[in-house]
Amino acid sequence: MSENGTLIKVDKMTKHFPITRGIVFQREVGAVQAVDKVTFDIRKGETLGLVGESGCGKSTTGRTILQLYRPTSGKVYFEDQDLTELKGEGLRQMRRNMQMIFQDPYASLNPRLTIASIIAEPLEVHGIGNAKERRAKVQDLLKLVGLSPHFINRYPHEFSGGQRQRIGVARALALQPEFIVCDEPISALDVSIQAQVVNLLEELQETFGLTYLFIAHDLSMVRHISDRTAVMYLGKIVELATRDELYSHPLHPYTQALLSAVPVPNPGLERKRQRIILEGDVPSAVNPPSGCRFNPRCPLAIDICSEVDPEWREVGPDHWVACHVV
Amino acid sequence: MAPKVLEVNNLKTRFHTNEGTVHAVNGVSFYIGEGETLGIVGESGCGKTVSVLSVMRLIPQPPGEVIVDSVMFYDRNLVELKEEEMREVRGSQIAMIFQDPMTSLNPVLTIGFQIMEPMRVHLGMSEEEARERAAELLNLVGISEAANRLDDYPHQFSGGMRQRAMIAMALSCNPPMLIADEPTTALDVTIQAQIVDLVKRLRDKLGMSLIWITHDLGIIAGLADRVMVMYAGFVVEEADIRPLYEDPRHPYTYALLQSLPRMDGSPGEDLMSIDGIPPELYELPKGCAFAPRCAYVKEKCWEEIPQLEEIAPGHRIACFVDIKTGELR
Repeated sequence: MSENGTLIKVDKMTKHFPITRGIVFQREVGAVQAVDKVTFDIRKGETLGLVGESGCGKSTTGRTILQLYRPTSGKVYFEDQDLTELKGEGLRQMRRNMQMIFQDPYASLNPRLTIASIIAEPLEVHGIGNAKERRAKVQDLLKLVGLSPHFINRYPHEFSGGQRQRIGVARALALQPEFIVCDEPISALDVSIQAQVVNLLEELQETFGLTYLFIAHDLSMVRHISDRTAVMYLGKIVELATRDELYSHPLHPYTQALLSAVPVPNPGLERKRQRIILEGDVPSAVNPPSGCRFNPRCPLAIDICSEVDPEWREVGPDHWVACHVV
Repeated sequence: MAPKVLEVNNLKTRFHTNEGTVHAVNGVSFYIGEGETLGIVGESGCGKTVSVLSVMRLIPQPPGEVIVDSVMFYDRNLVELKEEEMREVRGSQIAMIFQDPMTSLNPVLTIGFQIMEPMRVHLGMSEEEARERAAELLNLVGISEAANRLDDYPHQFSGGMRQRAMIAMALSCNPPMLIADEPTTALDVTIQAQIVDLVKRLRDKLGMSLIWITHDLGIIAGLADRVMVMYAGFVVEEADIRPLYEDPRHPYTYALLQSLPRMDGSPGEDLMSIDGIPPELYELPKGCAFAPRCAYVKEKCWEEIPQLEEIAPGHRIACFVDIKTGELR
């Protein structure tokens, strides 16, 4: 874990997806408030875990940082460069530094391309090396992710889920990026394969000094891999702290409920645990509750919670939370 | 020991396909006692779902082929029942809930109709009686204003509510036994906690026997009395809950438990990974199916299929090796 400064700075980043009616004259009738004014930074060489339930906006956050979605408002800085102001060629050049590993290793590899073409594609796009050099580079990358270089002319369907995810990792590494968004890279894999891929990601981080944004809904895996962890609920980051602090002293009532809901493979402990069972479901992001978005389900809610959006504040060293009650 | 509710002897299920024969279940035997909860754990394709579908006679034949010595449910052998009698068993004796509540509910029928249907068919209830009972059941599974929700369609329910409705449907005829096939896999953790909590309460209240199928060793830890671990269509280990987690004896169970990041362990330790991938079920290895990935593999393992043997009271493994010494047992 290195502490040498900030690599990514996200400042009040918001992403709303418009909902439109009409065919010729499309009127905007509302918006899915997928991500709403999130502020955090990612430090060089660290893994920031981002957890939350489905639909809470964690993937949108990752994609908006990479400018795969343009934010509705707010800023995203890579080192000192404001990514939201870049366009066209400038943005394309910046993308060399930022890559992504996707959730579904079946959908994220083109079934008609060979492994060589898939991994070499980013190199071609950025005009790096000639055909022969690229081929050599692909073979190196395959070795790096623990696959045989002989696989180079095979097609994705010839590989298992875990192997495909390794190919996805090799592709992300091709341009030697500094920053990788790992969007649920293991949730489609079987239990016995998950550890293989996570160990690989950790090794690569150590070798190349990579910075990860690790998005997942599996809280125990995020606890394993991250240096700091952020918790999202309905488009807002509700708490962010160092891993040990967050998991041992969660402050936000949602974080507490989320952690207590994770089953532990330990029968003695599991039978004694007191769970905080949340009532109801996550509300829709089209019409989020006023005030704190968690207030209708919050066991600790007081009057102010349904009126005023809680401020994002630092309550301890490196421990941020957005809650009126804390 | 509680009397056995269900006992399955030597179940084999295969599927004949154009690419060859898939050996999905390869000689599985298990039982479940009255009021007991049995967890069946394994990765995708290990045969856990196919096993219970075979027991329920829900495998279409062909392409499937189910060979089993006997499936005793109380004193009846399910294999010998006529299809009508089997329908009766499926409706009112052994209920099932499935992984994906959206695909197991009919989207064009109301929730109320679907909950009432088994009661009208199997218990011969009138429409009013069934409606009243359906509202009670929805209330029991924690859906508020239940009576007003009976005329809703499945798409008007959220994922967690649909699974609750499925549970209400499964419980409608007071079955002595419930089979839950990964009912929480499609749900978020906080909703998963709600559903697990609900099933536990209902199980204790109604005294049901429960089979819970999952790939998540965490859920099983708080739920099951006994666990059966499956790999490539074989049962590799079976034990009471605590010995299985605290003293796993099959190399696969051991490695699986070691490969999980755990909330109760110290973070940042290396995860032990299991090399390789599960075998293709078209051509199983000649010996132990886990041999190619096993850290303790011996020559014998490649030649012979290990049978389940009792190594301590109630603790059975299918392995030639003692993982404590690393030598043959």
